[in-house]
This record gives sequence, C-alpha cells and structure tokens, in this order.
Amino acid sequence: MSAYAGDVAALARKDLLLELRSRDTVPAMLLFVVSALTIFHFALPSGSSARAETGLLWIAIVFTALLGLTRAFAAEREQSLLDGLVLAPCDRSAIWLGKTIGVTLFLVLAELVALPAFALFFHPLSWELVAAVALADVGIAAIGTLLAAIAAASRARELLLPLLFLPLAIPVVIGGVGASIAANPGSFLAFLGLYDGVFAILSWASFEYVVTE
Amino acid sequence: MLAFYWAPEDADQGFSQKIFYIHVPIALTAYAGFGWGAWKALRLLWTGERRYDLESYTAVHIGVIFGLLTLVTGSIWAKISWGHWWTWGERQLVLFLILFLFYSSYFMLRYSTEPGPRRQRNSAVYALFGVVLIPVSFLAVRIAGTILHPTIFTHEGADLPWQMLVCFLVSLGGMLALAGTLYQVELAGKRADGSLRELRELLA
Repeated sequence: MSAYAGDVAALARKDLLLELRSRDTVPAMLLFVVSALTIFHFALPSGSSARAETGLLWIAIVFTALLGLTRAFAAEREQSLLDGLVLAPCDRSAIWLGKTIGVTLFLVLAELVALPAFALFFHPLSWELVAAVALADVGIAAIGTLLAAIAAASRARELLLPLLFLPLAIPVVIGGVGASIAANPGSFLAFLGLYDGVFAILSWASFEYVVTE
Repeated sequence: MLAFYWAPEDADQGFSQKIFYIHVPIALTAYAGFGWGAWKALRLLWTGERRYDLESYTAVHIGVIFGLLTLVTGSIWAKISWGHWWTWGERQLVLFLILFLFYSSYFMLRYSTEPGPRRQRNSAVYALFGVVLIPVSFLAVRIAGTILHPTIFTHEGADLPWQMLVCFLVSLGGMLALAGTLYQVELAGKRADGSLRELRELLA
C-alpha cells in the first residue's frame, strides 16, 4: 500500500511540476473564472436575488473545471506519455488518483481566486457554500479525470468532453446550489459527499479499462 | 387496448389518466434497457468478449428510444393534467431529461471513437456510469424537489384498484416484450452488418 501511495504521490508531483514550469492551465482557469463572473454581473439585471447570483457561481465553477479538464491529458497526449505511464510498473488506478489529486489542486487554486472575487462582486460567502464547493471539487475532479481519459481516445476530444461531463455534473450542481441556498444545507452536503464517494470508487475501479490498449 | 376500456377512470384526472398505462411502462422499459446495457457492459469488461459490446450498445439504443417516448408521453400528460408541456416539478420527467442527455452523449462517444477494443471498453465504462447515475440523479432531483420546487405531486400512490393494477401489468408486459423483440431485431441487424463488413474487408 505504501508503494501505491508512493506511486500516486510521484504522479501527482509530476503534474504539479509540469504545471509549475509551463503555467498552461491554472492561469487560464483563473482568468476564465474572473471573466465569467464579470459577464454574469452584466447578464443579471440589477436587483437580481442572491439566489440567482449563487446559481451563476456554480455555472462558473463547472465550466472552469471543464476548462481545466480539457487540458488534463494534453501533455500526455501530445508526447504520447500515456503509453509510457500504462507500461510503468504501477497500478493503473494510481495514474487516475495522481491525476485527480492534481486536477483537484488546480480547481482549488482557481477557486481561491474565484470565491473572494465572487464575495467582492456579489455578496458575502456562507460557510455552507465553501464546504459545498470543496466537496464538489473532489467529485468533479474524480469523474472529470476519467472522462478526460475517455475523451482523449476519441477523435473529437475537446468537443466530446463537455458532452460527456455535463450530464454527470447535473447532480453536482443540484447539490451545490441546494447546499448554498436551502434552509437545510446538511442533506445537500451529505448528498455531495455520497456523489463523491460513489463516483470516485467507480472511476478508480474502471480507469484501468480506459487507458489500456 | 385493455387499458382504455376496462380500467376504472381516475376520479381526479378522468380519461387522461389512462396515459399512465402507457407512460409508466415505457419509462420502466427504458430503465430495463439501460440496466441491460450496463449488465452487458459489465460482462464485456469482465470477460473481454467482443459480442457483449454490440449487445450493450443495442440495449442502450432501445433504452434511449423508450426514454424519448417517456419524455413525449410524460409531456402530453403534463399538458393535460397541469396545462403545461413541461413542468420542472415533475421529478420523473426531469430525471429522464438528464438520462436522455447522458445517453445521447454515449452515442457521441461511440461515433467519435475509432472502432476497436478501446472503443468497446470506453463505451462500456460510460454505460456503467449511466446506471449509477440513475439512482444518484433520482436522489438529487428528489432532494431538490423538496426545496427548490415546493409543489410535490403525489398522484401515483401504490393503492391502485386491482383492475388498474392488472391493466398496468399487462401494459408493462407488452412494453417489455416489444422492447425485447426490438432488441433482438436490432441485434440481428447489427450483427449481420458487422459480418458483412468483415466479409467485405476479406474480399477487398
């Protein structure tokens, strides 16, 4: 098990190092989410409710995640690194876990900017919202990494990923918006936790089938 | 059909309630198609046998057709019962919309991946995700329904008179038989297609 953890840590570190050197993904995500929030300010008529603003924040989060996910396997594909990773003497699910950790960190970085910007532009944040965003990040990264690997094998990569991802993200949005505005956020947070658990296990178990030739 | 003449009319909804005998069996048949497709997908991942790919694909195909019919009949029912073609308050319909979007993406995935073992496995994994998505989004739509849409329609109680139940079961059996037949026909067609293509490649 410790060898497994070592593999995962090495793979996640590789992704973070790559990002640190190339600075491809995270700056783009930051810029995107701030632009999206600016657009939402103009899309909402003045006097819109805080509930509508919160809903739009969730749209921004999902699409920012999508932006990051389309790049998740870009380096692997361009240098056909994935074959090498699959051949490496480690469990294939470790590739998924390492990549998921990397994607989650990118998302958290984007939201460290997005949430304060949202509070500044619109209205203050509640702790339920922050908790829901944290839970949603895990689910989005878990499922998004697997779908990005699936989409990377197809011809229409960048086109296919949103199509595959958005229907599966609907429950995340329901849970997230519910936790942010409902009177009893507990059940929605529990639902998000359940979603994370179920889909993380499923992705972890099925990743091997997606990457092997 | 038996349902139209024999089943007692619903006190609230009158004649329009009879679409219940079509709409609900179609919905259940769609679930059966998705479930069967996921089962075949699981078998594919398990055994790696090629024939499960086509079976899974065909089952999902049938499921999507019945899912679309569910949306249409549900929408007609909603129009008659509540006066709107679409109500976000009707949880089953919302769930079917999510599933319909999901399984339409399944087709996009199949069409944009080169045929081969990679496509078989990717589609199988996606089909498995679908069958997990059904209960998850059911739960999501349910908890959202209690808060975002406070009106809850509880007209489908389990306390049906026995004539209604008989009609319902007959319709359900009929729909499942229809789906089963379509599945066999479609599968035979697709298999013939596949062997024809192999033959042509051999000849070329």
